[in-house]
Amino acid sequence: MSEQAIKPRIEKIPLSEQVFRKLPIFLVPLLALAGLIAIGNPASWLTLTVAGLAMGMMVFIMASGLTVVFGLMDVINFGHGAFVTVGAFVGFTVLAWVAGWTASPSVLLNLAAVLVAILAAMLVTGLLGYAFERVIVMPVYGDHLKQILVTMGGLIVAQQMIHVVWGPDEMHLSRPEALQGSVVLGEAAIEKYRLVAVGIGLALFLAMRHVLKKTKIGLLVRAGVENGEMVEALGYRIRRLFLLVFMTGSALAGLGGVMWGLYQETITAHMGSDIMVLVFIVVIIGGLGSVEGCFIGALLVGLLANYTAFLAPKVALISTIALMVAILMWRPQGLYPVVKAK
Amino acid sequence: MTVNPLLSLQGVHTHIGPYHILQGVDLTVPEGGVTVLLGRNGAGKTTTLRTIMGLWQASKGEIHFHDHMITGLATPEISRRGIAFVPEDMGIFTDLTVEENMILAAVNGPMDAKRLAWIKDLFPPIGTFWASPAGTLSGGQKQMLSVARAIIEPRRLILIDEPTKGLAPAIVKAMIDALAELKATDTTILLVEQNFAMASSIGDTVAVMDDGRIIHSGSMQELAGDSALQEKLMGLSLEAHQ
Repeated sequence: MSEQAIKPRIEKIPLSEQVFRKLPIFLVPLLALAGLIAIGNPASWLTLTVAGLAMGMMVFIMASGLTVVFGLMDVINFGHGAFVTVGAFVGFTVLAWVAGWTASPSVLLNLAAVLVAILAAMLVTGLLGYAFERVIVMPVYGDHLKQILVTMGGLIVAQQMIHVVWGPDEMHLSRPEALQGSVVLGEAAIEKYRLVAVGIGLALFLAMRHVLKKTKIGLLVRAGVENGEMVEALGYRIRRLFLLVFMTGSALAGLGGVMWGLYQETITAHMGSDIMVLVFIVVIIGGLGSVEGCFIGALLVGLLANYTAFLAPKVALISTIALMVAILMWRPQGLYPVVKAK
Repeated sequence: MTVNPLLSLQGVHTHIGPYHILQGVDLTVPEGGVTVLLGRNGAGKTTTLRTIMGLWQASKGEIHFHDHMITGLATPEISRRGIAFVPEDMGIFTDLTVEENMILAAVNGPMDAKRLAWIKDLFPPIGTFWASPAGTLSGGQKQMLSVARAIIEPRRLILIDEPTKGLAPAIVKAMIDALAELKATDTTILLVEQNFAMASSIGDTVAVMDDGRIIHSGSMQELAGDSALQEKLMGLSLEAHQ
């Protein structure tokens, strides 16, 4: 085939559309700037901004698995909160086992305790995700109504099992010595744990981006989100990919559970279902199936919740819902709509 | 021409929901060359290809590929036995770059450099827009990418569903040239095509479908030279399209 016969060209995307696509990236700095103007005091603003980013990162960790599961598998998993709760309780148990490490003045031992708790929580919730996908989700692929009903049922069963294993009372989860207290930057006091949460959330986001953009498994996930049938026609067993993604999403929810538990310092059997409202809002704001959208959405929710709680506590109660309504009026399919084959 | 069947369908029925689409399809695709599946819209051509790929399961009948029954196998198993599929909607992953689309198509490992060079020669836009998102390609370029994906690894059979649909005449000609070159490499092609001029220019054997059944099969040369038969089978004649 000759070059002359075809005259390769590429359809140029209009500048206005290019700008429109990139706009969501600027939302977080714009909101932070608006917060600075509204709050006035830079020290208070810095404290609130770090708190908002930390909250956003933790919500992102919990929401990222859910959004990829929805995008790839078209599964609405109302049971996702169960993994958050189980993760928090497993983390609690492990931290109790290594109480000597958490009480130690050694920063390394403190961090090792948190790391072991996180790994154990991710392992348990990943395996639980395997069982959940095989037993509860697999029979209802393609049927959203049944998915909602059975995953809700799974969540209730998980909560009751937590009552059986750990009892019905709320538990106190204390942070290791090194993660207690604040660091002072100028006049701003910033909790150490929030800085750690921001670091872990950012590292996870970058790792997820790397996997999705640079590895074959990531390409398969992105391709599967768009056209799972074609992925199968190329020769890949997409059901195995579903299982892997579901387990990973569950493990991430477990990680989020440990982090949220350490953030709140209290865990209950219904903490997962409580946080799921926020998680679903973030997933919807971001665009169902979009990791980047989920990340930006989580940061917006975290920052807005903290700014409004400081400026107008009553408004804070509706701030996240108002944000979702505003975003959906602007972009009905979320910040980064995911392309789906017909 | 060899008459060994590479693919054969015997009495294949396919139901989609309440609809009985394929109603006993008997089709033989000889090894080597191009077999063209013709028929009006709704005759069941696309359903036949999708049933062969296992994307829709046959409710009755048998499909044999290289002497092995593939009826009831999952789509990835069928694909890994050496059948590639170029769907009517091209199935391009628009969020991925051209390179990423090709990487995924190379199921068995990294792409063979020589074969990739041949494909880039066959379809120059693949090389030109290697790093571009596939969603920004034109319709013709997407079709080339779709065919390129199907041939990045050697396949025994390629199922192609209406590759010239909606394309400009220059692109159609380029596609015919590419398929002719592919045919020269002894790749077997089962081609669904409405453009009879295109089909007759590269087809070796032909099967005509109507109402979910094969109503005629034979050599393309015979059909192309018999206007009365064309009129009878499809209500058209090659002369009317030239």
